[in-house]
Amino acid sequence: MSKSEQQQARTIDRVNTTLAQRYGRERRFRRFGFFAVVLGLAFVGVMFLSIIGKGYSAFQQTRILLDIEFTESVIDPSGERDPAVLSSANYSALIKNSLRALYPEVKDRKEKRELYGIVSNGAALILRAKVMADPTLLGSQAQLWLPADDDIDMLVKGYIDRTVVQSERRVKDNVIAWIEKLESEQKIGKFFNTTFLTGGDSREPELAGIGGAVMGSLYTLIVTLLLSFPIGVAAAVYLEEFAPRNRWTDLVEVNINNLAAVPSIVFGLLGLAVFINFFGLPRSAPLVGGMVLTLMTLPTIIIASRAALKAVPPSIREAALGVGASKMQTVFHHVLPLSMPGMLTGTIIGMAQALGETAPLLMIGMVAFIVDIPGSAMDPATVLPVQIFLWADSPERAFLEKTSAAIMVLLGFLIVMNVLAVILRKRFERRW
Amino acid sequence: MLSVTPNTAGVVTLPKGLVGAGFAPVADESRAINGTVGDITAVDPRMTARNVNVYYGDKLAINDVSLDIGKNEVIAMIGPSGCGKSTFLRCLNRMNDTIDICRVEGEIKLDEQNIYDSSLDVVPLRAQVGMVFQKPNPFPKSIYDNVAYGPRIHGLTSSKSELDDIVEESLLKAGLWDEVKDRLAETGTGLSGGQQQRLCIARTIAVAPEVILMDEPCSALDPIATARVEELIDELREQFTIAIVTHSMQQAARVSQRTAYFHLGQLVEVGKTDDIFTNPRHGLTEDYITGRFG
Repeated sequence: MSKSEQQQARTIDRVNTTLAQRYGRERRFRRFGFFAVVLGLAFVGVMFLSIIGKGYSAFQQTRILLDIEFTESVIDPSGERDPAVLSSANYSALIKNSLRALYPEVKDRKEKRELYGIVSNGAALILRAKVMADPTLLGSQAQLWLPADDDIDMLVKGYIDRTVVQSERRVKDNVIAWIEKLESEQKIGKFFNTTFLTGGDSREPELAGIGGAVMGSLYTLIVTLLLSFPIGVAAAVYLEEFAPRNRWTDLVEVNINNLAAVPSIVFGLLGLAVFINFFGLPRSAPLVGGMVLTLMTLPTIIIASRAALKAVPPSIREAALGVGASKMQTVFHHVLPLSMPGMLTGTIIGMAQALGETAPLLMIGMVAFIVDIPGSAMDPATVLPVQIFLWADSPERAFLEKTSAAIMVLLGFLIVMNVLAVILRKRFERRW
Repeated sequence: MLSVTPNTAGVVTLPKGLVGAGFAPVADESRAINGTVGDITAVDPRMTARNVNVYYGDKLAINDVSLDIGKNEVIAMIGPSGCGKSTFLRCLNRMNDTIDICRVEGEIKLDEQNIYDSSLDVVPLRAQVGMVFQKPNPFPKSIYDNVAYGPRIHGLTSSKSELDDIVEESLLKAGLWDEVKDRLAETGTGLSGGQQQRLCIARTIAVAPEVILMDEPCSALDPIATARVEELIDELREQFTIAIVTHSMQQAARVSQRTAYFHLGQLVEVGKTDDIFTNPRHGLTEDYITGRFG
C-alpha cells in the first residue's frame, strides 16, 4: 500500500467516525424546527378556538315573538299622520300592552317593570321605523320577532345557570318562569344577528354593533394607505436612488430606523398637538387617525421599500443606463416595477400594524362612545381595536361575547386585507 | 536626510499599490513601462482618449492612457485581471458616473466632442455609445420590449410599424430573429445564455449607436454561443465601431483588428492584432500572450 493510499484510507475512516454524529445533529435540528412550528400552530389554534368559542354566539340574537297591535289612539291620536308626531310617539306602550296581554297574571308594579324588561329597549325603535316607513300599519295587528334584553339573551344562550340560588344570578325566578313559558310555546328563538354587523355602538349589548367601528377602521386605513404608500415609496426611491451619500442622508437614515422603534402613543401625542391643536382638524375623525397612523407606518414602508430597491440587481440598472435611459427612466421603467412586490409587502405589514393600533388613536379622541356610523373620514368614529378595548371594559356579561366576536371581525378584516395584497403582489411579480 | 536603498541594476521599481498580487514582476529592463509602445492613433478615429487617469477614491486605477478607436474597426483590450481595461471601457460612455467614488481626469472625445465636458448630457452620449455587459442582462420583459425599449425612450419611431421594423432589423443583425420571431411576446429572461447575450446586443444596436462597447461579452457563454457572438461582432464591424474587452487572447486574435494590452492600469502596447500576437515589442506583452502570467 502506497503512502497516498494509506492517507486516503485514514481520511475515509475519520469521515465515517464523525458521520453518525453529524447526521444526528441534523436530525435534532430538524426536530427542533418542526417542534417550534407545531408549538406556534398550537398556540394559534388555541387562540382561535378560544375566541371563536366565546364569540360565535354573538352572531345570534334572541328574539321574542309578540302580537303587536298598532293602536292608533296611542301612536297618532289626531289621525293626521304627521311625521313629527309619528316619530315621537310612545311605541314602547305597544310592547307593554302586548306583554300584559301575554301574561295577564302579572299585576304587581315591580313585577310589571321586570316583565317589560325582557324585551330590549331597541324594540320600540324597530316599531317606530316600521310605522315611519309604512303609516298604513296603524290600526292593524302583526306578529313580530323583537329582540330580547341582553340578560334574557344570555339566559337563552345558556350563559346563566338556572340552577343556582336566585340571589346569585342576574335573572330572577319569576322571569325564568316567563321565559320558560315562551320557550314551551316556541315564542322565543335565536336568529342571525344582523344588528351586530351593521349597527353602531350602544350601551345596550343586544343593540351594539360593530358596523361603526368597521367603517371607522376602513376610512382610517384608506387615509393611511393614500398618504403613507406614495410618501413612503417616494422617500425610499429618493434616498436609495437619487440622494447623494453624505452625512445628512446618513442622519436621515438613522432617524428613519429609530422612528420605527418609537412607541406608537408618542405619534398619538404628536397628532394631538399638531393636527388637532395646531391645524384645528376635528377630534375623533378617521382623517386625523389616518394621518397619525401614517406617521407610524412610514418608517416601516420606507425601510421595506429601500430593501426592495436594494435587492434589484445592478445589472438591470446598467442595462437601462447603457441604452441611454435617464436616471428617472431607469428607476421608473425598471427598478420600481421589480421592487414593487417587496414594497407592497412592506406596505401590508405597515397597514396590518395600523389596523391593530389602539394607543395613538386614544390620544386623538377616537375612543369616544360613538353611536352613529361614520359617513366620511371627517365624521367622528372609532376603530375596531378601540371598540374591542371599549367592550372588553364593559361590565355586562353580553359584552364578553361581543368582544370576542369583534376580534373575529378584526381578524377577518385583516385576512381580507392580506388576501388583497397577495393578489396585488402576484400581479406585479415578474420572473427573472 | 536621505536613506539610500541599494538598488540592484535592472530591478524595476513599480509604484506602490500597483504591484500585482498574482505574480512577481520580472526583474528585467524590457519589462519597465515607460509610456505606451506602438501607435496609439487610428487612421480614422471615432473616439480619442488622451492622458486619461481614473481614480477610485485615492487609488489610481488607470494611469495616463491615450488611445484612439477607429471607425469600423474592432479594438480588443486585453490584460490580466484588475489591469483597468474594463474601467477604461466604462469611461468611454461615462458608465463610471454611477460609481460615486470614481473620478476621471484627462480628455475623451467622441467625434471631436469632449464627453467629460460639464455641458455634455450623458443620455445622448449613451445613445451614441452603446454597451454590452459581461453578464447577459435582458430586462425582465418580453423580447420585443427589450429591443424596443431604446427606440421608445429616445422617440426614434413615430409609428408601431416603424418600431416593429427596427425590432426585426436589430434581431436580424444580432442573428436572433429566426430563433425568436415566433415568440416575441415571451420574456427575454427565458432565453438561453447565448441567446440572452445576443438579445442584449440587439437591444444595443436598436438605438443605432456609433460605437458599441463590449465588456467581456462571452465570458458567461459556452464555446458554441461564443463562436456565434464572435461571428456577429465581425458582421457588426461594417456598421459600428466596436471596443471589446476580453480575457481570451484567442478571441482578441479572432475578432479584432487592433489590440491594446493593459497592465496594472497602464496601456503597455497597442498595435495591429497580427503584430501584437506574432511579434510583441514589449516584454510584458510577450509574457502575457505566451501565457507566462495572466
